[in-house]
Amino acid sequence: MSVRRLDPNQPASFAFTAENLDWAKKQIAKYPQGKQASAIIPLFWRAQEQHDGWLPEPAIRYVAEMLGMDYIRALEVATFYTMFNLSPVGEHFVQLCGTTPCWLRGADELKEVCRKHIGPEKTVSADGKFSWMEVECLGACVNAPMVQINADFFEDLDAASLERVLTDLRAGRQVKPGPQNERHASEPIGGLTSLTNVGQPETGGSN
Amino acid sequence: MPKLIVDGIEVEVENGATLLQACEEAGAEIPRFCYHERLSIAGNCRMCLVEVEKSPKPVASCAMPAADGMVVHTKTEQVKRAREGVMEFLLINHPLDCPICDQGGECDLQDQSMAYGVDGSRFHENKRAVEEKYMGPLVKTVMTRCIHCTRCIRFSQEVAGVPELGAIGRGEDMEITTYLEHALTSELSANVVDLCPVGALTFRPFAYTARPWELKKTESVDVMDAVGSNIRVDARGAEVMRILPRLNDDVNEEWISDKTRFVWDGLKTQRLDTPYIKENGKLRPASWDEAFAAIAAKLNGAKPESIAAIAGDLACAESMKALKDLFAALGSKNIDCRQDGAKLNAGNRASYLFNSTIAGIEEADAILLIGTNPRIEAPIINARILKRARAGGLKVGVVGPRVDLSYDYDYLGAGPQSLKDLGAFADVLKNAQRPMIVVGQGALARADGAAVLAEALALAKSAGAVSGEWNGFNVLHTAAARVAGLDLGFVPGEGGRDVAGILDGASKGEVSFVYLLGADEIDMGKLGSAFVVYQGTHGDAGAHRADVILPGAAYTEKPATWVNTEGRVQLGRRAVFPPGEAREDWTIVRALSGVLGKPLPYDNLAALRAAMEADTPHFAEVDFIVPAGALPDLPKGELDAAPFESPVKDFYMTNPVARASAVMAECAAGRARQRIQAAE
Repeated sequence: MSVRRLDPNQPASFAFTAENLDWAKKQIAKYPQGKQASAIIPLFWRAQEQHDGWLPEPAIRYVAEMLGMDYIRALEVATFYTMFNLSPVGEHFVQLCGTTPCWLRGADELKEVCRKHIGPEKTVSADGKFSWMEVECLGACVNAPMVQINADFFEDLDAASLERVLTDLRAGRQVKPGPQNERHASEPIGGLTSLTNVGQPETGGSN
Repeated sequence: MPKLIVDGIEVEVENGATLLQACEEAGAEIPRFCYHERLSIAGNCRMCLVEVEKSPKPVASCAMPAADGMVVHTKTEQVKRAREGVMEFLLINHPLDCPICDQGGECDLQDQSMAYGVDGSRFHENKRAVEEKYMGPLVKTVMTRCIHCTRCIRFSQEVAGVPELGAIGRGEDMEITTYLEHALTSELSANVVDLCPVGALTFRPFAYTARPWELKKTESVDVMDAVGSNIRVDARGAEVMRILPRLNDDVNEEWISDKTRFVWDGLKTQRLDTPYIKENGKLRPASWDEAFAAIAAKLNGAKPESIAAIAGDLACAESMKALKDLFAALGSKNIDCRQDGAKLNAGNRASYLFNSTIAGIEEADAILLIGTNPRIEAPIINARILKRARAGGLKVGVVGPRVDLSYDYDYLGAGPQSLKDLGAFADVLKNAQRPMIVVGQGALARADGAAVLAEALALAKSAGAVSGEWNGFNVLHTAAARVAGLDLGFVPGEGGRDVAGILDGASKGEVSFVYLLGADEIDMGKLGSAFVVYQGTHGDAGAHRADVILPGAAYTEKPATWVNTEGRVQLGRRAVFPPGEAREDWTIVRALSGVLGKPLPYDNLAALRAAMEADTPHFAEVDFIVPAGALPDLPKGELDAAPFESPVKDFYMTNPVARASAVMAECAAGRARQRIQAAE
């Protein structure tokens, strides 16, 4: 964690598209009268989605006004949750897990790949395609190490496979999310090591 | 009513009381940073940990409701160790800059670390550093010192009603700031400095000027508005160094407005410190004897009808009493203390007081504000209304300027015509148990002021605002001197001239001598060729026009009696002596009376006060309110159509002291900038 600040370069204004506005109104309507402020996180999410993956200052004010909140209260929320990006991100935003399980399984190696292919952490690459940052556990430890790119998890990575994913994305080719080795989900590599006799008659057991 | 045992002492506390309150009831001292009696409970500093039997861990006493049968220990080894742990964590990131910190000597963290601090640090990493945040000309920030108690955030939301402070970021990176670091806009903003338990928020104008232990503290009363906030004046030598609030639950609780607090630099500049006489169009310093001789030369032989006196907004009761008696001895009836021309009826005390009292606001269930903007006319009273509004079940209606009062209200109209038809709000007032009608000077200081007053009185009666002990008719004054002036009868006698009459007479040449007792808010251009004596403290409008200037003492420089808008008599005390040749105001009038050969019958303050009490017995009831009795019926008149306007155009510039203050000027300029930005 580090201090998060609003980006110095901000757009002049922000407004939801008609479609998003409709959606926002539905979200707000979910909450009882007087509790509209509860809708702030979904609205921020949608604003961030609409605005190329980051939340500009005018959007914070826009959402605050929509919910009848004071600006500072909305700013508190936007700066508290690290999923809201306060500065521009690349078209493909790589969140690299550096927490212990991933780190033990080679997250440092992945960081090197990111540095080489994208550039320094939290900066957008020259072509605007990529940016990356280290995040805390994303909850995919069984497939460590992993990164999240936009909405997709890429798991069971090593330097070579991450490099391949990044190159494909840069070239605009389709990539397959999920484990990047031969695994399908989180089953053991090289076949089952237990429950090998599923479907066969019980041979008796302790429970 | 839960009963519990604290350190072996059984106490019974109110339902809903917290463990911390129960401990205090039992006489145990509980250290705290985030907890504050007048703010909501946050429970985030953890300093108030106590041990509760059958609880596996120490308990934060501020956030734990007291329950029946609890056995609490506050002095055990476990409690001490737990608090030491909390303190050690707080000190990890707190800089060791006490020697250069303005909070030093009155710092909660410093004091409590004497009891719970450990002697060394086990933390080897770098301390956190936080950038300073701009919060305007009054509040200086050293955010590295912040311990995240969030008192300032809760204050701005709950008491000031202007939620502009917040905590951005999280965890170690949490920072207290305003939205994009704009200046605080509340009129009560500097109270956050009092609340700050460490030196993160300090007074910018007071920075690096004095240490608390070298200041002489004098308990006094504020005169910046008619609330009569209780203050403590801290002085070093002959200089007022700062002004702080003093606890009085009936008046200002423990808050004061920014003007009350920071006006002190105005007490040092533009001061009149010697008498002046105008010769050939130019003022020259003179001796008291010369000044008195010049006045006597004009007064001796002058017709009583052609002399007049006007008392200003900062005149103390003593000086008005003396001046009134002097003019009575001279045979003149042309005296007035209502320099704004408010059509107040001095004959009936209930018709010009804030009868419900300030503390009474908390019992009201409907409030109608007429021609007033309490947020700038009396921020402390506005904070009380907000407190009542936050408690729920309060309806507020406004006839007058449509402004942000920091709470919701029904807007009923702009001018007096709206008083005749309040629509649905008329029923709200009728159905209310304790309705309040608050009439501001903006509704009274106008041509149809008397008619508005009559209309408001009639409205109060028809709404049932007066019943039993409750009197819901209130006049909100803006001048500290006004109620005392009306109490003392500093108003025109039978056939005498009021302020408008005096000015009119002076411009026509019918009034040839005008005595201004600190009166600066009148149109000096209308004084014509009259001979003007100005007795006051600052080189303001009155002094510029004057032919003779008599230097008086400011409110921090004299023992004086003040009556606030509720009719509460309070005593101000002398913190420092007046500068140079300046004297206490009543003694100036007394000395002049001797020169004129009509000596007043009192030679010391005690005798003067005895004379005051003989005329107006409630002056003896210091700090208490004497109920004013029944409301009068006044003849109704023609109501104008012009909208009401607040008499306070600029909160920071309402009187000569404030106008002489550089800090107030900076605040006013900053506020003007914000208005321009908002308009764009």
